[in-house]
Amino acid sequence: MLEAFSLPFMQRALLAGLLIGAMTSYLGVFVVQRRMSFLGSGLGHAALGGVALGIYLGLEPAYVALPFTVLIGLLIVWVKEKGGLGGDTAVGIFFSLSVALGILLLALKNAYGAEALAYLFGSILAVGAADLKAALLVALFVLITLPFWGRWAYATFDRDLAAADRVPVRRDDYLLTALIAAVVVVGLKVVGILLVAAFLVLPAASARLVARTFAGMTLFSVLFGVLGVVLGLFLAYAYDVPSGAAIILVEGGLFLAILLAKDLKTLISLRD
Amino acid sequence: MPPAVEFDRVTVRFGRYNALEDVSFRVPEGAFVAIVGPNGAGKSTLLKVILGLIQPTAGRVRVFGQPPRRVPPTWIGYVPQFKTLDRSFPALAIELVASGRLLRWPFRVPPGVRAEAEAALARVRGAHLADKPLSGLSGGELQRVYLARAFVRRPRLLLLDEPATGMDVLGEADMYAMIEDYRAESGATVMMITHDWEAAYHHATHVLVLNRRVIGFGPPERALTEECLRRAFGHEGHLHPLAFHVEGGRDA
Repeated sequence: MLEAFSLPFMQRALLAGLLIGAMTSYLGVFVVQRRMSFLGSGLGHAALGGVALGIYLGLEPAYVALPFTVLIGLLIVWVKEKGGLGGDTAVGIFFSLSVALGILLLALKNAYGAEALAYLFGSILAVGAADLKAALLVALFVLITLPFWGRWAYATFDRDLAAADRVPVRRDDYLLTALIAAVVVVGLKVVGILLVAAFLVLPAASARLVARTFAGMTLFSVLFGVLGVVLGLFLAYAYDVPSGAAIILVEGGLFLAILLAKDLKTLISLRD
Repeated sequence: MPPAVEFDRVTVRFGRYNALEDVSFRVPEGAFVAIVGPNGAGKSTLLKVILGLIQPTAGRVRVFGQPPRRVPPTWIGYVPQFKTLDRSFPALAIELVASGRLLRWPFRVPPGVRAEAEAALARVRGAHLADKPLSGLSGGELQRVYLARAFVRRPRLLLLDEPATGMDVLGEADMYAMIEDYRAESGATVMMITHDWEAAYHHATHVLVLNRRVIGFGPPERALTEECLRRAFGHEGHLHPLAFHVEGGRDA
């Protein structure tokens, strides 16, 4: 079955998938520990507005959705900070507005076609050169911000302690959210709007079950994220099923397997 | 020499609510200040103003003669209430202590910093806790780790928010001894929020009785009076028997 990865579209899919899997699972540790899972889901749905705007304007959807979703992410942080609203309320507001805009624009363009569906459910076959370039661009930004892991982790552990040590926690909230938004957009083609939040959450949640330190959690999360993509793509090709669903089911299965193994270990140690 | 901490007519307003109103006091360097007051009196807010986490709405704050945000962070060792800890965060005690030295969360604790962090843990009699996960520590153990985190940077000012919470009587006595030792050795200033008036009376050089406003400030025998405590806590029913003894001085 390894010959599957010798096909050009599979190579493109694998490269995009690996990049996106590594980035989402890396940022996912902050999403999970900061209890921001709804943000991932909200940004995924908000991206529909950007995709629809791209289709409506006749531009490459990924290039419009990227700045659009990053802007929505920044607005969510701003409203949360200035409006004194809970994070989930701010996400809920922009998520619904963007989806409404997306539905409206797609209806105006009469464009509920294959392209829109590819974004909704994800289609690794639809990953084009533009999507790969967008993924590489976002990966470059994630790479540049790797040295910020220590201060983001610090603020994730205790925001006040980090702020007292002069970590720019507010500025970092904007930066981290913008990166999450960008990663969500480039992940849409692979797993789709409906599943992209799981792409952020599942590897990190699995990693949390096995790691004793936040550094360990980060490494395990990236490992599980990448593993999920490789196995998921392989299964999608072998059984001709949607790639996004296959990747998420593999990652979900991994989470459940680790959870059960931990429970079994606890039971055995109790019996002993 | 400027005072360690100086508040000059400081007001902190959150919306329509004044957390602190017209608060003025000066803490000389080397003092041990106990901050007492009822819940919602603005005690934690006051510490956060000193840390530069909250900007006053009015008035002026100086820490070692400088605005709080200009003070090097390593000059201040802060011990938050341990109940703010997110126990789901995967971390070892040594990492938390090292964060106090590195000013960021360590991906890997460098050997030199590890040695300093272990020495700080040994100082609080917590050397055995180094490689234990924070999620498995008791309240008293966590307080020791937080205290080690504050000590590891050799601060000039220690800010402690209810550090005795979760400790038994012996653990509490131990903790006060550690704070006193550090203060004696380094000449550091200590500001500690406490609900324990006896601890305030026995350990502090100054007591700040706070209920959004300064009700009393000075040596324990002058600040912990029946009158001050009644004004701070509202009614006589809440008064601790100690309040009736302190009028005559510490030996009463």
